[in-house]
Amino acid sequence: MEWRRWGFWLAVSLVVLLFPLPQARAEGASRTLRIEARQFAFEPGELKVRPGEKVTLELVAVDVAHGLYVEGYDLEVRAEPGQTARLTFVADRPGTFRLRCSVTCGDLHPFMVGKLQVGSRLWFWRALGLMAVAGWAGLSQRKAGA
Amino acid sequence: MRYDVLQLPGVKRLLTHRWPQFTLRLVLLAAFVLAILAGWLGTPVGNRNFAVVAVWIAWWALLILVAVPWLGRAWCSVCPIPLPGEWLQNGAVLGPTGRAGLGRNRRWPRRLRNIWLQNAAFTALALTSAVILTSPVVTATVLAALILLAVGTALVYERRAFCRYLCPVGGFIGLYAQAAPLELRVRDTAVCAAHTEKACYVGNQEGYGCPWGTFPAGMVRNNVCGLCFECLRTCAYDNIVLRIRPWGEDLTQPRGRKLDEAFKAFIMLGGALVYAAVFLGPWGALKDAAYRLGSSAWWGYAGLLLGVTWIGLPGLFALAVRAGRPRHWRRAFTALAYALVPLGLMAWVAFSLAFVAANLSYIWPVLSDPLGWGWNVFGTAQVPWTPYLGRWLPLLQALALAVGVGWSVRVAGRIAQELQLTRALYPVTAFVLLAGGGMAWLLLG
Repeated sequence: MEWRRWGFWLAVSLVVLLFPLPQARAEGASRTLRIEARQFAFEPGELKVRPGEKVTLELVAVDVAHGLYVEGYDLEVRAEPGQTARLTFVADRPGTFRLRCSVTCGDLHPFMVGKLQVGSRLWFWRALGLMAVAGWAGLSQRKAGA
Repeated sequence: MRYDVLQLPGVKRLLTHRWPQFTLRLVLLAAFVLAILAGWLGTPVGNRNFAVVAVWIAWWALLILVAVPWLGRAWCSVCPIPLPGEWLQNGAVLGPTGRAGLGRNRRWPRRLRNIWLQNAAFTALALTSAVILTSPVVTATVLAALILLAVGTALVYERRAFCRYLCPVGGFIGLYAQAAPLELRVRDTAVCAAHTEKACYVGNQEGYGCPWGTFPAGMVRNNVCGLCFECLRTCAYDNIVLRIRPWGEDLTQPRGRKLDEAFKAFIMLGGALVYAAVFLGPWGALKDAAYRLGSSAWWGYAGLLLGVTWIGLPGLFALAVRAGRPRHWRRAFTALAYALVPLGLMAWVAFSLAFVAANLSYIWPVLSDPLGWGWNVFGTAQVPWTPYLGRWLPLLQALALAVGVGWSVRVAGRIAQELQLTRALYPVTAFVLLAGGGMAWLLLG
């Protein structure tokens, strides 16, 4: 029966989506990371912290004014040219989050992007799991239809 | 499982009458002209200029997230680009008048009746997209060039040769329209066969002959139908249907598979991967390379894009198909490449979700101040930049990619079964998972 098969794949997908992945937490620890922003990149482009860490991002605008917006955390800080601005938060949400410049800084501004990885690449692994389930479902539909 | 939406009250009337479609196209043409003027005369700051924001954020979002996956070639139905050329070609603005237009109505060269030129045109746009997407004046110039090219083509060649054979956007819309759950077809081909006038192809007083050069009775795929509804107007036998159908029906249709379209599938899938790396990745050097046209770094970017889209992905896929030991491997390669259409479409959806969600809020200031001259027409000029979707974005992207993988594998299974080439299914599935996994790493890793 078609609906039973769909129900099965939906249930497996939900397990993949909701299964708690192990994350080594670092409650109480703190870390300061310096990020240089220049047209049109953050340096370093990728930051890694542990879940639970208290993180301070020091944003240094090297050339023109830049901002730093942390997707998923909805936090923002702005720095004037040559100045340093700080943003402190607890990295309590695991996953990979895009860092975006939030101050128009030139032509490629909408694509000035960095990455903040908190713990493991949670959504990447979940996406891989979902794709494996979907591929399996696709193959099994062929067998069912054969 | 199909349903003819023309049976719904008012729908056929709405689509047969010229005024609704014409009005919409006219409004879009006005927006198009505004975009060109804003690009040339307005602020050079891309995210403050109507040209960049309206075209590459608003239009792109509607096209790739709504129009193409749900309605196929619906955009082509209202696209304003061919409109001025059609007016000149037909010598009429609204419908057939019986008078001759200015068009020479030559037949499009036989050797070019494919989408290789569209493949090349899209690749050219992709190679320069870091500039086109961010520079208002370049965006405006490209839009103006497209209109001029469409006018020139309409004056020399018959029907909508520009749309069918040249438009870089129309090429991929046609590819992905085959996955859409909407199709225009004939109800009964026997009626068409018996109808000697073939008004749907040559036209009559009610409407023009198919602008896409398609005989509706022979149509088995959405790629050659621009949903202009001329056949709906010209058919005297009420033999045209506009049906809702299951997604992706055309992809398993054995008739009409072509190598040029197969390559379009690789170009689009590879394009999504490269765009995700360039525009959403943290690698500043890559963005710089894509932006500095003509520099040695740009040549490196060009090599990457061309290598991935025209060589790497097709080469890897050819190996996967070969592993199935097909008797006619070119036929198998072309047929199985159609299985990549769902993955490519969903990869673009996943990419566009991130791109659009982050940049959509630029629309509000630009609506009030399209040229960046300090106006505040609707009081929204000061609306701050606000990314949308936030925490939901990774989930939506993961789901989009998973749907793309599952759908592609399912289509591959059906095509492999049709070709009696089930041995190729597992290598092709591995290719799909590899491409999907690569996209997931770029977007979520």
